[in-house]
Amino acid sequence: MAVSMTRITVLANPKRFLDYSSVLLPWTGGLAFVLLAVGLYWALFETPPDYQQHETVKIMFVHVPAAWMGIFVYSLIAGASLGGLVFRHPLSDVAAKSAAPLGAAFTALALVTGSLWGRPTWGTYWQWGDARLVSELLLLFIYFGYIALWNAIDDPTRAAKAAAVLALVGAADLPIIHFSVEWWNTLHQPNNTLVLGGGGIDPAFLWPLLIMALGYTVLFVWLWLLRMRTEIFERRARALMMAKGA
Amino acid sequence: MADFFAMGGYAGYVWPAYAASLLVLVTAIVTALHGHAKARENVRRLELEVGEDDKGP
Repeated sequence: MAVSMTRITVLANPKRFLDYSSVLLPWTGGLAFVLLAVGLYWALFETPPDYQQHETVKIMFVHVPAAWMGIFVYSLIAGASLGGLVFRHPLSDVAAKSAAPLGAAFTALALVTGSLWGRPTWGTYWQWGDARLVSELLLLFIYFGYIALWNAIDDPTRAAKAAAVLALVGAADLPIIHFSVEWWNTLHQPNNTLVLGGGGIDPAFLWPLLIMALGYTVLFVWLWLLRMRTEIFERRARALMMAKGA
Repeated sequence: MADFFAMGGYAGYVWPAYAASLLVLVTAIVTALHGHAKARENVRRLELEVGEDDKGP
């Protein structure tokens, strides 16, 4: 009885997820394209040059959203991993595993675009002495390690557990990235996008930046849903192959 | 128009940043869509094959 109940829950949740996500897919995909089109147009054609950074400020609209997403996606992976270890929800490791390559892509973009922004504004593409740069690079390596660990262990249950532990240990890098600009005041500027009571970024830059960030977020949700569904299909295919072989 | 592409002399930094972003995001979209279509088709095929001799619960 207990066995059959577990089996029903395990099957039911991914089934329900497939139903809901198939409705969400076209909406999230469409919304992502609209937001990114509006954001790109606004950022490229309707923003003035910055009085200090001139046109290099245009890089902000692709750099800041990518950097935010790298951290946001990692927090989701850490949260799902904790949920997987504690509550054993059948979708948690699917969610964590599917998000990782996307988070790694955003983090890599943050590093590349940041480097291209650093050269004209700081005079260098890279500096090992800057804590924000190094802790962000570390995040990329943590993503790589997490993905490699999933691929290294054949048994999915063991792989999920090991990857979840790694994800939680790696989460220690998140506060370091966030506070690095305050603890060590070197090259990278402090966090100033959302400052209560003014004094932060000018609204002329803030609005297109927020639209781009929302566009990146919805794009991520769309791709995340697609990749989770892919993972569920692949697991179902493996189970069917075993049934076929038996 | 030429002014726009020149980006006030910073074209060599601004455009590579946008090109890299576009390349990575388009690759992520294409891989996700392709992987999804392939995996769904594979399950559909296996379900037909297995379904013939095993109706299952």
